[in-house]
Amino acid sequence: MKIGVLALQGAVAEHLRMLEQAGAEAVAIKKPEQLKELDGLVIPGGESTTISKLMHKYGFMEEVRKFPSERKPLFGTCAGAILLANRIHGQDEAHLAVMDMTVERNAFGRQKDSFEAVLPVAGVAPDFPAVFIRAPYIREVGESVEVLAKYDEKIVAARQGACLACAFHPELTEDHRFHKYFLDMVQEYRA
Amino acid sequence: MAETGTQRVKRGMAEMQKGGVIMDVVNAEQAKIAEAAGAVAVMALERVPSDIRAAGGVARMADLSIVEEVLKAVSIPVMAKARIGHFVEARVLESMGVDYIDESEVLTPADDLYHINKKDFTVPFVCGARDLGEALRRIGEGASMIRTKGEPGTGNIVEAVRHMRTMQAQIRKVQSMSYDELMAEAKALGAPYELLEYVHKNGKLPVVNFAAGGVATPSDAALMMHLGADGVFVGSGIFKSENPEKYARAIVEATTHYTDYELIARVSKGLGAPMTGIEISKLAQAERMQERGW
Repeated sequence: MKIGVLALQGAVAEHLRMLEQAGAEAVAIKKPEQLKELDGLVIPGGESTTISKLMHKYGFMEEVRKFPSERKPLFGTCAGAILLANRIHGQDEAHLAVMDMTVERNAFGRQKDSFEAVLPVAGVAPDFPAVFIRAPYIREVGESVEVLAKYDEKIVAARQGACLACAFHPELTEDHRFHKYFLDMVQEYRA
Repeated sequence: MAETGTQRVKRGMAEMQKGGVIMDVVNAEQAKIAEAAGAVAVMALERVPSDIRAAGGVARMADLSIVEEVLKAVSIPVMAKARIGHFVEARVLESMGVDYIDESEVLTPADDLYHINKKDFTVPFVCGARDLGEALRRIGEGASMIRTKGEPGTGNIVEAVRHMRTMQAQIRKVQSMSYDELMAEAKALGAPYELLEYVHKNGKLPVVNFAAGGVATPSDAALMMHLGADGVFVGSGIFKSENPEKYARAIVEATTHYTDYELIARVSKGLGAPMTGIEISKLAQAERMQERGW
């Protein structure tokens, strides 16, 4: 199983390490040509404005958008979740627009409001350590989207078919269960 | 139970900046140009380092109306500088919602013996360092991110290169040491023992390490990435160049693709003149900002 981590900006090394420890072959993706060889792709945390600009610039958008229909799962954490969403609150344009949900950026506040909390995540763990950094949350989801976790009544993790999104950073912990869940998704779609 | 201001949240914020460019700005208009060019954060200042150098006198925390203007103008993180040891300036910036504080040698130090106890704060700090000992002392005080000092406002990369190479060489040396040598090395470097132990085991600093102080061109940014920087601060380099918008975009691209020399060549064409540089040996000892910090 070969999983890519989009390596334009952000916490790339942490995702590579987690994927390897969870049993996958992990590669940093800097050019769209590298996408062909993958079974799934992680879009890491970072600055969503920076990552999206570079994705447009190098022609990633079209190619990554095809992933779900090619049975290749996508996993977006924090900035990555913003990139997956169909709608961004207060903005006219979305980025990849592959998940039927509306996200709000920096929705918990500025850095001084960033926090850690232990959350139950459906199908992943009853007690997942969630690290929220200037995090977004999901304001609303379409019917075909399954809500996996909430914090303070706000949706912070969701799945729609081959797309998985969370507002927090599993890659900043030592807990592999979220990455394992994603690898199981990849396995399921390959079969 | 939610916990704010934890070490993981503060260090994690810097992890999210990796591979990116943090740009100095002095007003909302520049902040928007930086954001549109793909900056991962902006540093809100009253004057960029080269102007601070030119103005002379005591350089303090920026006019807070500028900080506020920048906080309102962009959705990316906003950093601001406090004087070394000036914990009240830092508290004031924290209260305004600044996302990261740079306890910076670019400003005139407020304390000639002690740095801020950064562990006490909810907001994370970045500090400059010239070598491993200095970096680990700052981390020991609670810094969540390190950057090279370089020589700010000169547009001359030589000092940033020296500091990054020194740090990386010291890290490699500590990594290859035998365990019994660590305490003596901690004493020699003036570094906390537990942090040196971390470097010995992991071969890297426990926090993100950026390059700063003299980055003026896309190739400068790429050079620093090759030498082991996790990302780049560009101070005077962008808004003192002839075409800041193009310059900013080019530095962002060269930082992401620092091994793709054809791409760096492409983005470096037709940029206009970079900022005028200063030869370091022409600077009097007292004018060297890198000497500030203890």
